[in-house]
Amino acid sequence: MFKTPCNRLTGLIGVSLSQKLTANLSKGHPSSRSLIQLCRSNPAEWITFQHLCFLRRQYVMKHGGELLQRARPKQERVTSMLEDRDDSEVQQVHQIPAIKPVPSALIPAGGAADLQNEPEAAREARMEARQWKELRVDYGDLPGIYARLSKIKLTALVVTTAAAGYAMAPVPFDPVCFLLASIGTGLASCTANSINQYFEVPFDSNMNRTKNRPLVRGQISPLHAVSFALACGIPGVTLLTFAVNPLTGFLGALNIFLYTCCYTPLKRLSITNTWVGAVVGAIPPIMGWTAATGTLDPGALLLGGFLYSWQFPHFNALSWNLREDYSRGGYRMMSVTHPALCKRVALRHSLALIALPGLGPALDVTTWTFPLISLPINLYISYLALCFYRHGNRQNARKLFFCSLWHLPMLLLLALTCKKSRTSQENSTVPPAAAPLSLQS
Amino acid sequence: MNVITTRYLFCRSLGPRRTLNVLRLWNLSCCHQHSGSKAPKEESKPEGSRFSPAASSKCDWIGPPDRLSNLRPVIYHIPENETKLERKLRHLRQETEDWNHDFWTNQNITFSQKKEEYIQSQLKAKGLTERDEKGRKRTLNSEEMAAFYKDFLDRNYKRHADYNIEWYRRNFTITMLMARVAMHKAWRRLTGQGREGRKNQTTT
Repeated sequence: MFKTPCNRLTGLIGVSLSQKLTANLSKGHPSSRSLIQLCRSNPAEWITFQHLCFLRRQYVMKHGGELLQRARPKQERVTSMLEDRDDSEVQQVHQIPAIKPVPSALIPAGGAADLQNEPEAAREARMEARQWKELRVDYGDLPGIYARLSKIKLTALVVTTAAAGYAMAPVPFDPVCFLLASIGTGLASCTANSINQYFEVPFDSNMNRTKNRPLVRGQISPLHAVSFALACGIPGVTLLTFAVNPLTGFLGALNIFLYTCCYTPLKRLSITNTWVGAVVGAIPPIMGWTAATGTLDPGALLLGGFLYSWQFPHFNALSWNLREDYSRGGYRMMSVTHPALCKRVALRHSLALIALPGLGPALDVTTWTFPLISLPINLYISYLALCFYRHGNRQNARKLFFCSLWHLPMLLLLALTCKKSRTSQENSTVPPAAAPLSLQS
Repeated sequence: MNVITTRYLFCRSLGPRRTLNVLRLWNLSCCHQHSGSKAPKEESKPEGSRFSPAASSKCDWIGPPDRLSNLRPVIYHIPENETKLERKLRHLRQETEDWNHDFWTNQNITFSQKKEEYIQSQLKAKGLTERDEKGRKRTLNSEEMAAFYKDFLDRNYKRHADYNIEWYRRNFTITMLMARVAMHKAWRRLTGQGREGRKNQTTT
């Protein structure tokens, strides 16, 4: 009496599915043919997914856990049948294990050979068919795809350094300006990373680290990636130029240009790409500072200097263990072409990281405690760089790389805690002004 | 659809220029074939790729990474009323895919060969056998291999630079064509809808 809509729905689905199956069957689709056969062999019980898995497990487990197919036991029957036939066909069957079984070679060999090799070919074809995907955008996946396209973790790091630059600037903290500057920097970073991936599709396909990127997997088209980049870049730079200040907007656009049009092509032409990349990394904290003050102060350049020097131990250590991939992909990195220079530069800049905090109090950016409390972490990273310089092996490179990952956030945090407060700055300038007043009174 | 799909799989085994000529010939002869043609014979497909999408599929298909070039092959869907611009885009994409496939296959095979030769020569210089006592293949440590990696990069510098320029040019052209095709389709849809709307108004 109370037939639920679900029953009718399942009925409709069942009818449409069977129609589709028969349509596929008429076109000779291999998977539907085997599915129909399976259904026909057990008409009483409908095949469920769990049942199919169970069958597959049986299929595999039967032969001692090896991935053998059920056709193997039939082999005895096949060969016994062949013994009755003439020698030419037996010879053809025996030749097959020596060469890779190709379906086209089997067709003239006779029906018995087909029995043995057709299931394997069909199985391989089915496995291969499963790996083919439609080149269609799955709208549910788009947020994840965009996150991977824009290298969201790297973008988050870039925004963090820009935020640190803003926070270190000696001006009152404006949360609205801070937010706008962070969003603008984030959008600019998304643009740069998307264009970088758009340029590097065949190279990314050939390196293990990058072979699962969206454009390599075909999850979106190149046009879609470029459109996303423009949709991030134009609002991002506009926001920085008009809502923050033109200097920050200019720096954002410059950074996008440097990363996409200088660093990315240079990676395959010359080792100077590393220095250009270090400048690209140094610009975001400068952008944060200029967003706050509107001018390019020495303090901004100091923060940029931290990022610039940090880049070398970080990247040189990372690239040391990827030398084979870089060589095969045609990337010209110091670690491959000039290994001694690579180690020397990493050490040199690690030592610079000890000296740079000393400029903090000199430029009135931080108090004198900053060089002191940052000394331990800077000494540690320099020690690891020295070990890397002396014994350039995989372990030392990996240690230096992982150290650099926590060293930078720690350094910025310490700088923030040692920031010279504005009241102490004003106090140092007030007494000379008060003296003439007291003289007058 | 199956025959049309097959010809792309078949053309993959040819070089890029030959592929374009073959595609042009086949396009002229089979562009008006119905999709319900017989199933393709096994020998017309090249070795390795036996996949063909369902005839009712209306989009392109992308496959697993190739064993040699690590690039993913694409089977392009041909719509019934394909315009000249769309055909040009499809040919360019297929040709670029084949060209890329050839370059990277060559690159990876050459790299592996040269690496093996280098390892053999180094082992011979040290007086070691190819396999150690346990039967495992001997390998050199990363410092010894570094000399080979540097040499490989230096020898192939011009080839890599030329490939880079050509790849950037092709990538840019394909993207511009895709943009033109997308705008063309959008315009057709807009004017097509406008025309239908006006027709409905006149009939009522």
